[in-house]
Amino acid sequence: MDNVIENKLRLETIGLSVFYGENPGVKDVSLKIYDKKVTALIGPSGCGKTTFLRALNRMHDLTRGAKVTGKALIDGQDIYDPKLDPVIIRRKIGMVFQKPTPFPTMSIYDNVVAGLKLVGFRDRKLLDEVCERSLRQSALWDEVKDRLKTPGGSLSGGQQQRLSIARALAVEPEVLLMDEPTSSLDPQSTNRIEELIGELKDQVTIIIVTHNMQQASRVSDYTAFFYIGSLIEYNKTTKIFTSPDQKRTEEYITGQFG
Amino acid sequence: MSKYLQNELTKLKKKFYELCAVVEEDVRDAVRSVYEGDVKLAEKVIEKDRQIDLTEIEIEEDCLKLLALYQPVAIDLRLIISMLKINSDLERIGDLAVNISERCIKIISLNRKDDSFDFTDMCEKALLMVKNSIDSMIDLDMKKAEMVIEADDEVDRLHESVFGKVKKALEKQPDNFELLSQYLTISRSLERIGDHATNIAEDVVYMINGTIVRHQG
Repeated sequence: MDNVIENKLRLETIGLSVFYGENPGVKDVSLKIYDKKVTALIGPSGCGKTTFLRALNRMHDLTRGAKVTGKALIDGQDIYDPKLDPVIIRRKIGMVFQKPTPFPTMSIYDNVVAGLKLVGFRDRKLLDEVCERSLRQSALWDEVKDRLKTPGGSLSGGQQQRLSIARALAVEPEVLLMDEPTSSLDPQSTNRIEELIGELKDQVTIIIVTHNMQQASRVSDYTAFFYIGSLIEYNKTTKIFTSPDQKRTEEYITGQFG
Repeated sequence: MSKYLQNELTKLKKKFYELCAVVEEDVRDAVRSVYEGDVKLAEKVIEKDRQIDLTEIEIEEDCLKLLALYQPVAIDLRLIISMLKINSDLERIGDLAVNISERCIKIISLNRKDDSFDFTDMCEKALLMVKNSIDSMIDLDMKKAEMVIEADDEVDRLHESVFGKVKKALEKQPDNFELLSQYLTISRSLERIGDHATNIAEDVVYMINGTIVRHQG
């Protein structure tokens, strides 16, 4: 890969495979994720990109029959260390899903601080500070600051997604996983989330799964192309979208299949 | 979306190849007009230039339209970017062919000649560079593109030799300035045609494998 030495490594997988029963959904993927960069995972439906993403914060622990082999490391620490509480891992590695996931009847305020309350934080002043900071980071503060007590479900789709991002940011994750975060949003909300990704990458490392080629090329620094469970090519986004090394990458991004 | 883009690219390539053919023919005719002192052929080259200019603008607009509407990537992006650049090189080659033709008409009107100036070799080499650069683009032929890049030094050397000869001739016969300056301009135009053919070949290399090979000599 081109000139990556200057970037600090944050997360790494070594020969990572994910099995559902006997079938591998992800096969032997070794990938280095760089600190405070945006990495896009692209590929046709069923290529394993979401399965790979979910493996990075142990989401498969909850899936019956799923098994992860190989290594996934954050700052050199094994994410799958049996002695590690997955909740701690998920605080370090937050996730934003395809559909906005606010707790609909919970207030905007409580939605944002839900993660902190879950792990026992009760100090009102601290929670107030975290709420404001997270909503500012997710570019929602100005729109909701006067109605923090209204239910999260009362917001528009785009605002709900930013609320989900604020909730993920409230626990100060080091890495933010985003699984097609704009696929259910209109173009204006999509644009807002993409701008937000650009602003957030100074603070967190972001890995985004997207079906939208233009989105991957707009927001990411690195791009990984997955096909039938395997990592086909990984490089700087500019390289992938101007002259990829692999023929299959070229065929996919130019729309010849998928 | 890809199918729409591919259809548009097919149409654009057709127009582009037609421009290539016209420009190549122009260089051939301009060179022949010098060999044969053929005013009619020279005038034909001059007349065709307006059409080349218009086609250049059309192709540029088509390329910009495809970039804006389809956001092409990878080989499609490299193809359009290369066409955009080669398009202006072709237009410049067309202008230089006009320049050569105008010099040819001027020489005939002077009714003077200096047989010690023979452009046959230089004309053939520059013409071959243009032909090979265009062929390399149409066939995506890396070897041919590299041949063009290598040939440029030889045309440069021939131009330097003409320059030296003109300088010496001027010292001996300063009253022959008007004729000698036409020869010098022809030589300079052929050398510039070689440069533009080299630019085209370099863009072909980029189009094929994404490597920028300019400024490496």
